[in-house]
Amino acid sequence: MSIETKIPSKIIGQPINRVDGRAKVTGAAQYAIEHKLDNVAHAMLVLSDIGRGKIQEIDSKTAERSPGVLAVISYRNATKLRSQEPKERPIVDPIEGDPLPPLQDDKVRFNGQPVAVVVAETLEQAAHAASLVRIKYDEEKPITDFSAAADEARHAPQAKTDQGKAKRPEYERGDVKKGLTDADTRIEHEYIQPTEHHNPIETHATLAHWEGKKLTLYDKSQWVMNVRDQVAQAFAIETDDVRVISLFVGGAFGSALRTWSHVLIAALAAKHVQRPVKLMLTRAQMFTGPGGRPRTWQKVSLGATRDGRLTAIEHQAVGETSTYESYSESTVNSSRMLYSCPNVATHYYLAPMNINTPTAMRAPGEVTGVYALEVAMDELAAALEMDPVELRLRNHADRDPSKDLPWSSKSLKECYLEGAERFGWSKRNPKAGATREGRNLVGYGMASAVYPTNRMPATVRIRMSADGSAEIRSSSSDMGPGTYTSISQVAADTLGLAMDQVNFRLGDTTLPTAPVHGGSMTMASVGSATQAAAEALRGKLLELASGDERSPLHRAKADGITTANGRMFLRDDSRKGESYADILKRHNRDSIEVTEKSEPGEEKKKFSMYAFGAHFVEVHVDADLCVPRVTRVVSGFGGGKIVNPKTARSQAIGGIVGGIGMACLEETHRDLRNGRVINANLADYILPVNADVPNLEVFFIDERDPHVNPLGVKGIAEIALVGIGAAIANAVYHATGIRVRDLPIRLDKLIK
Amino acid sequence: MKLFQFVSASDTPDAIKQIGADKHGRFVAGGTTLIDLMKLHVETPSTLIDINGLRLTAIEELKDGLRIGANVRNSDLAWNDLIVGRYPVLSEALLSGATPQLRNMATVGGNLMQRTRCPYFRDTVWACNKRDPGAGCSALDGFNRSHAILGTSDKCIATHPSDMCVALAALEAVVKIQGANRERSVPISEFYIPYGDDPARETVLEHGELITAVELPTADLFKHSHYLKVRDRASFEFALVSVAAAMQIENGAIHGARLALGGVATKPWRSLEAEKTLVGEKPTESAFRAAAKVVLKDAIPQKHNAFKIELAERAIVRAFSTLTQAHHAVKKSTNI
Repeated sequence: MSIETKIPSKIIGQPINRVDGRAKVTGAAQYAIEHKLDNVAHAMLVLSDIGRGKIQEIDSKTAERSPGVLAVISYRNATKLRSQEPKERPIVDPIEGDPLPPLQDDKVRFNGQPVAVVVAETLEQAAHAASLVRIKYDEEKPITDFSAAADEARHAPQAKTDQGKAKRPEYERGDVKKGLTDADTRIEHEYIQPTEHHNPIETHATLAHWEGKKLTLYDKSQWVMNVRDQVAQAFAIETDDVRVISLFVGGAFGSALRTWSHVLIAALAAKHVQRPVKLMLTRAQMFTGPGGRPRTWQKVSLGATRDGRLTAIEHQAVGETSTYESYSESTVNSSRMLYSCPNVATHYYLAPMNINTPTAMRAPGEVTGVYALEVAMDELAAALEMDPVELRLRNHADRDPSKDLPWSSKSLKECYLEGAERFGWSKRNPKAGATREGRNLVGYGMASAVYPTNRMPATVRIRMSADGSAEIRSSSSDMGPGTYTSISQVAADTLGLAMDQVNFRLGDTTLPTAPVHGGSMTMASVGSATQAAAEALRGKLLELASGDERSPLHRAKADGITTANGRMFLRDDSRKGESYADILKRHNRDSIEVTEKSEPGEEKKKFSMYAFGAHFVEVHVDADLCVPRVTRVVSGFGGGKIVNPKTARSQAIGGIVGGIGMACLEETHRDLRNGRVINANLADYILPVNADVPNLEVFFIDERDPHVNPLGVKGIAEIALVGIGAAIANAVYHATGIRVRDLPIRLDKLIK
Repeated sequence: MKLFQFVSASDTPDAIKQIGADKHGRFVAGGTTLIDLMKLHVETPSTLIDINGLRLTAIEELKDGLRIGANVRNSDLAWNDLIVGRYPVLSEALLSGATPQLRNMATVGGNLMQRTRCPYFRDTVWACNKRDPGAGCSALDGFNRSHAILGTSDKCIATHPSDMCVALAALEAVVKIQGANRERSVPISEFYIPYGDDPARETVLEHGELITAVELPTADLFKHSHYLKVRDRASFEFALVSVAAAMQIENGAIHGARLALGGVATKPWRSLEAEKTLVGEKPTESAFRAAAKVVLKDAIPQKHNAFKIELAERAIVRAFSTLTQAHHAVKKSTNI
């Protein structure tokens, strides 16, 4: 008889439907703004329409007299809020600066800054009255020209924000100058990533309700604990007096990581009118409320030997930030580790502008940086007349060259080879602009994908009821990836329960502490904690049974038992065992509960941990009209254990669709004269629609990683969007022979 | 949104009577443009007169044409057999616009009155001569990639957004208008007013008048028609350039042609001059290119939209080439 040391996985790895799917499609799922409270009032923001200056005069008399209006609140009459500089800066906040509590002074720092809020009986009354507030400004010339600001940032090391010196993290290994000089072939090009905005379906919303000194916020959030801490800080109240609830999130992509000003304004307005207040951003306000992906200038220099071995990588980037916070990204980091290269240097600068602070948008930094690096690699392959896959294989990093550590696991070669095979890459004509199908030019392009695997401490409580069903609790979030489902799978699998016997509760600050729902680390963190808690619960139940002479499991040992169908039984003899319900009943227990904290160990010191992938893309570009259309995508990822292949595939295709938007469509336009966003709606900020999305093929390499975390998961949320922009851009080049180096690639950049 | 009265009209005389009572009143049918603009404070009517109850929903055959009621929904019109068979350019134009949900609401009359998507018109923070005569035009020095290159003035460069109207221009549609005391018929070529000094005035429609129908003449030429729309996104986006083309080929030469452009002009832009240059020519790419150059010769590009000149020329060539291929395909199949 073989002795298994691990419990056989039956539910982890299954393509299980979303447990919250029915609630979502039937409307039963309650999003932040849908919670119902008695006597609720409605708020509408008034935004600045200048880019920089001072409020000279606010005329709110007409608005105040408008039907249903309860209050018009501005810096003149707003509750004083404390600056949001907590002792420990939350990881979602920029490294420097202060987000500046809203409605506290007369300064205008960007176009679209909230300068007042109107509270009224109905939303319509609030919106109407908001349009009646007249504000006069002393206008100053705003900084709106990114190329000028970026130039200045690169050439003036003393570039300052209001808050201090912009950080310039430098990195160099080897000697890049020499590496470039010694190279047989060099390329050097500049690339532009435009400002983008997340635009989730659900716009941001907060329902604030004070009961005495206690505040409850129903909020759209990826991190309720941080909202609680920052709101408590701003209002100078105890964190225990703030409860934040966020049960469902209608997409976020990073937009709900931070505690944006409207959250504080909702709480401030509710305090002011002494009633619950609902504040929901309009679609237009979504372009200035939460930040966007920062516009970024990049320059990549590559040197290689004749046979395609990299001798140098130099990657510079300048990202836009606000004048009051230094938001920086890991834009250049992937260039240090993606390829084996002896001489690497990276430089990163910030260009402060009169905009609201940019923020993390799906794979912040990596998306932008890998776009530039992977297009540059394509340019190098073209210069060397070498196949782009071959070039990448020749420079494959067998260990992390930046940390000099082995990888915990890596399946990048498998992604290249299987992706190329599935895609039919061998049919690619090496010559650009030489493949035609009717009126279309056909292009094949590929790129690598990479995203770090992180993990943070997380606490999970599991409570099993008398009937043997289990409730898992953690203050995590599910912005759409399927956390409700996948965490339930981990618990059901570990406890040997059916999916309908487990229930995951999340999105509430009264639940045990979970880390931010971002950075692709929810499964690694909360999933690992769930597994730990389930194992601990199993241990406790076994303790009850094995210490009980009446139990068939009397004196059973942990390594001798297994679980299934709500039962615990001997591995060697499944008849010897009993149900959880029976164990609890015999001990007169209504329930049994465990709380486990799980956190990273020493693995990061021993291994370099990343998920890797590769995208293969076919585009058609109309030979005359120059419209680029993505016609086929094959993407493969090594993302560790895949807990739910169905939701994982959804994650991946969602990322690829985001990549089509990034490569061909999306760009936030600000008018240079006043920094105002002029396409703040979904007709003019164009996202892909169904007609833009072809058949997408996704595969996952069966990757077992014993080092990353107990579950062996790497997180697949962000990586799907990394590299896809480059793969599309490379395919457009291959189709047309035209290299567009500023995204999005729209037809006017191809028409010659 | 500014507060307003909402009333329903029972029939055409009632609608005209009701609008006569409020000089800031507006008719509302599908509401797909008007309500949006009211939310943006661009349109601020004091009364909305709902004309959805009016029986203007028929598509009727006339002796020498077709009469389309003003309240016919875009979807119903696009899929109507008579339209698909006799005026394919109109069906294709309608289906290239908006989304099924919007087309189910939008009407023929409303589409004729559709207003520009110029971002500086749609945001009241900006100066706009169309919204506020004499205020200036923010688009001239702004981001104007989507703006017009034909029919512009130094007061306005806003693009007419409609697809349907471009097809109607090529089809020589006639707009039937009912007023308090008179009924009149206005050819679509005269329905829209060139911008000139007063971009606020877009059509000849006067306050108190109601569009009741659009009439299309019958012509064999129109059976050989096609709408080509070029845009960044594959669906649900306004045109960068669109072409409504019709062409009849007899004995290897162009016997008749119609050509109108969308997405590039301040109104649906038909070019009689270009049509004339085509007649008698062989249907070749060079003939199409020559006609295209005629249309675009007066184009005035702005900072961000110069590409539209070349794109429009190529789109014209493509649209007529498509019709030529269709002609040959039909000939081939009838020969068999």
